Amino acid sequence: MLHTYPKRVVVIMLVLTAVVAVFPLWGPAVFGAQSDFLMEKLTLMLILALFAMSLDLLVGIVGLVSLGHALFFGLGAYTLALASPDFSPAAIWWMVPLVMLVSALAALVVGFLVIRTRGIFFIMTTLAFGQMLYYFVNTSRHTGGTDGVFIMFRPSVELGGAVLLDLDNPLTFFYLCLALVVVGYLFLRWLTRSFYGQVLDGIHDNEHRMEALGYATSHYKLVAFVISGVMASIAGMLAAMQYGFANPAQLGWHASGEVLMMLILGGMGTIFGPILGAFAYEILQHTFEHLTPHWPILMGLTIILAVLILPRGIAGLIIDPPSRARLAKSPLLRWLKPGQAAPTSEAVKPAASAPSREG
Amino acid sequence: MDLAFFGVQLLNGLQYGLLLFLIASGLTLIFGIMGIINLAHGAMYMIGAYLVYDLTFRLGNFWLAILVAIPVAVALGLLIERLFLDTLYKRDHLYQVLLTFGLILVLNEMQRIIWGGDVHSVPVPELFSGRIRLTDNLQYSHYRLFVMGVCLALAGVIYWVIRHTRLGIIIRAGAVNRDMVEGLGINVRTLFTLIFSVGVALTAFAGMIAAPLTSIAPGMGDSILITCFVVVVIGGIGSIKGAFWGAILIGMAETFGAVLIPSLASMVIYLIMAAVLLVKPRGLFA
Amino acid sequence: MSDIMLQTRGLTRRFGGLVAVNDVDFDVRENEIHAILGPNGAGKSTLINLLSGEFPPSEGEIRYRGRPIQGRKARHVARLGIGRSHQKTNIFPRLTCLQNCQLAARIHMGGVFGSWRSRHQAREVDERALQALETCRLVQRAHTPASAMSYGEQRQLQIAMVLATAPRLMLLDEPMAGMGREETAQVTELLKGLADRYTLVLIEHDMDSVFRLADRITVMVDGCVLETGPTAQIRASERVRDVYLGRHHEEAHP
Repeated sequence: MLHTYPKRVVVIMLVLTAVVAVFPLWGPAVFGAQSDFLMEKLTLMLILALFAMSLDLLVGIVGLVSLGHALFFGLGAYTLALASPDFSPAAIWWMVPLVMLVSALAALVVGFLVIRTRGIFFIMTTLAFGQMLYYFVNTSRHTGGTDGVFIMFRPSVELGGAVLLDLDNPLTFFYLCLALVVVGYLFLRWLTRSFYGQVLDGIHDNEHRMEALGYATSHYKLVAFVISGVMASIAGMLAAMQYGFANPAQLGWHASGEVLMMLILGGMGTIFGPILGAFAYEILQHTFEHLTPHWPILMGLTIILAVLILPRGIAGLIIDPPSRARLAKSPLLRWLKPGQAAPTSEAVKPAASAPSREG
Repeated sequence: MDLAFFGVQLLNGLQYGLLLFLIASGLTLIFGIMGIINLAHGAMYMIGAYLVYDLTFRLGNFWLAILVAIPVAVALGLLIERLFLDTLYKRDHLYQVLLTFGLILVLNEMQRIIWGGDVHSVPVPELFSGRIRLTDNLQYSHYRLFVMGVCLALAGVIYWVIRHTRLGIIIRAGAVNRDMVEGLGINVRTLFTLIFSVGVALTAFAGMIAAPLTSIAPGMGDSILITCFVVVVIGGIGSIKGAFWGAILIGMAETFGAVLIPSLASMVIYLIMAAVLLVKPRGLFA
Repeated sequence: MSDIMLQTRGLTRRFGGLVAVNDVDFDVRENEIHAILGPNGAGKSTLINLLSGEFPPSEGEIRYRGRPIQGRKARHVARLGIGRSHQKTNIFPRLTCLQNCQLAARIHMGGVFGSWRSRHQAREVDERALQALETCRLVQRAHTPASAMSYGEQRQLQIAMVLATAPRLMLLDEPMAGMGREETAQVTELLKGLADRYTLVLIEHDMDSVFRLADRITVMVDGCVLETGPTAQIRASERVRDVYLGRHHEEAHP
């Protein structure tokens, strides 16, 4: 059945979660002085995992390839930065609703426009709207131009004067991010298995048929667009807290491209895949940066290779591990020997039957 | 704003629009016929500009540089098509986006390795270094007029090919329904290679003749790519006519936006796109 | 005229210069099985697409239970109670048989937020989905992914999905296309069984099935209606035999 995975997926994810969760215990012993830096990195990876998951709802589940998802990530960051007072922390109780409201409204407006388009048009228009905000914050006086906006204080989490969480404490912040990734994952898992999720699957496979059945598919897509945008804005807000600033690069199209790369590395449409993808991407980048100042070349080549030989990403490897027979049919072989018979497209996604065109 | 100044802006907008048309027409051709979204299209524009910068200084002559640069750019395009895109024709747009995005990273970084991160410029060739006097204190460069002329001539050639040749019929059919291209009984493989080369040649050539007019800098391909996406969305994907009028519109909008409403200039073209999407989601000429 | 369920007047659809459906007057009576016959390219599928709102007519009128419906979108037409199946198998391969039908059954739950309606309503929907599977003899396959079923079963699932939308009028575009003799007979029986509860419009090439099933037949040629009438009349019609059946037999035995 769709969106149910072998038990080993659950086991692997639980083990990985546990390993990350107890990092503060084993990190210092293994990495020594580097441990603090690595925990910051881990926190960032968790934030990016949340971001990548939110995009998976659009790309992997509904089949809408957005190349402007960083718009919402950046919007979350800028909303936090601009709404925070200069000399005192903002209260989280109104900051989070504000961020969600702003991003939901933006997603509603942008979504209303882009959902009218399909396929390649959708890619181009999401990209263009993302760049619109990018150029806006880049040139506007109110958003600090290319420098961005600094955040002097992380929001406070207080109730009746008592401090519940101290977000300035790296450990607390780390666990907050971890908790949000878990909650985000459970939420998306519930969503994709709900009836609403079934409708989204239907739209992904054959939107035309869904319309013929009587579904207003654009409404469903718009709701997914908004949910996804709000989740991304939460991730962006966390990122801004982590970095201490909001910056145009957070919402540029390279950021949108990178999060798409996390999806393909991890395996889209699985929700858990993008979490792995975010970690894999960051670890790769970190490694490459140490190897050469020209690391983007290696990053680019990795993505090209992933597209060619591993279209279902790490998740695909876990769900059905490669066997000798499947390796023999892998697209890599086809790439090396273009003359050979094409492999079936099952590795990509089940072929949806095209709408009838006879007339 | 007096009339002469207005006239200069009009010419600038037209010249920029025509340049955009060269790039956007390649983009829209590649999509219309091959069904491929090529994000590395902007990188080819950048490479065109850098090649001319490099070769002008090596060979000492701008025209010679262009002559040598065109085959180099086309060869690079062909290499990319044969190596990578070939595997992508039947795959989802997502994979095309990712692979060509990966290509951008590689090409941008190669540019840094070869030519470094500095901003360069190419002098305007002597032949067109003169200026036309419009009024006492306003002039217009010969070279810009030359660029306009070349772009218009190329647009004319493209128009003729589309109206009067068999290839044109295929291109027009592809814009309406891509499946039809395969039903026309032509060698699709050769056609694709041809279209991709022409598309790459057009955008690289645009980069070359734009070189004396702009600053040649890393990332110059990215911003022009996105502007061209806006052009294609406004005009209608696959439509050359749409690319032409879309490019002129955007060229004018950006030029006049920068003069009239500087604070919003960078957003004007996106607002136009939003308006078009609202009224005609498939583009003005689809 | 109360027994007329669907009626078209002067229905025309052009694609560029091609007239696919040309000035068609067409009536469907309540609880009849109405077959549309015609050679390939006669405009049968286009007619169905016009009736189901897939695209709007260039000219003419469509009335469903007295109300004009031309120009409405496919999803609105579907919610009015006009269900359709497609010529090509058009199911959701990754979902199970039952999920396919549930998807169809839930269209009346309304809106996106209907997705989260009450359990009571959800049960009602599940029951309708199961009933549809039962009618189409697919209950034992309920939890099989649609992609794993045989071609014939997939075609039956298509019909089950239309049933699950609780339609009054079913538009079936070649429900038996590509089926073997045995499966064809099975589906013919199935459709026959539906006749007392539903109104059916059917495009079909299999002559035996059509003559066995249909109450009335409309024959189309080149986008126009050649003749409409009770099955016996069409069977006996010289015109139909000359223009259509003759050609059809040539096609079948070149």
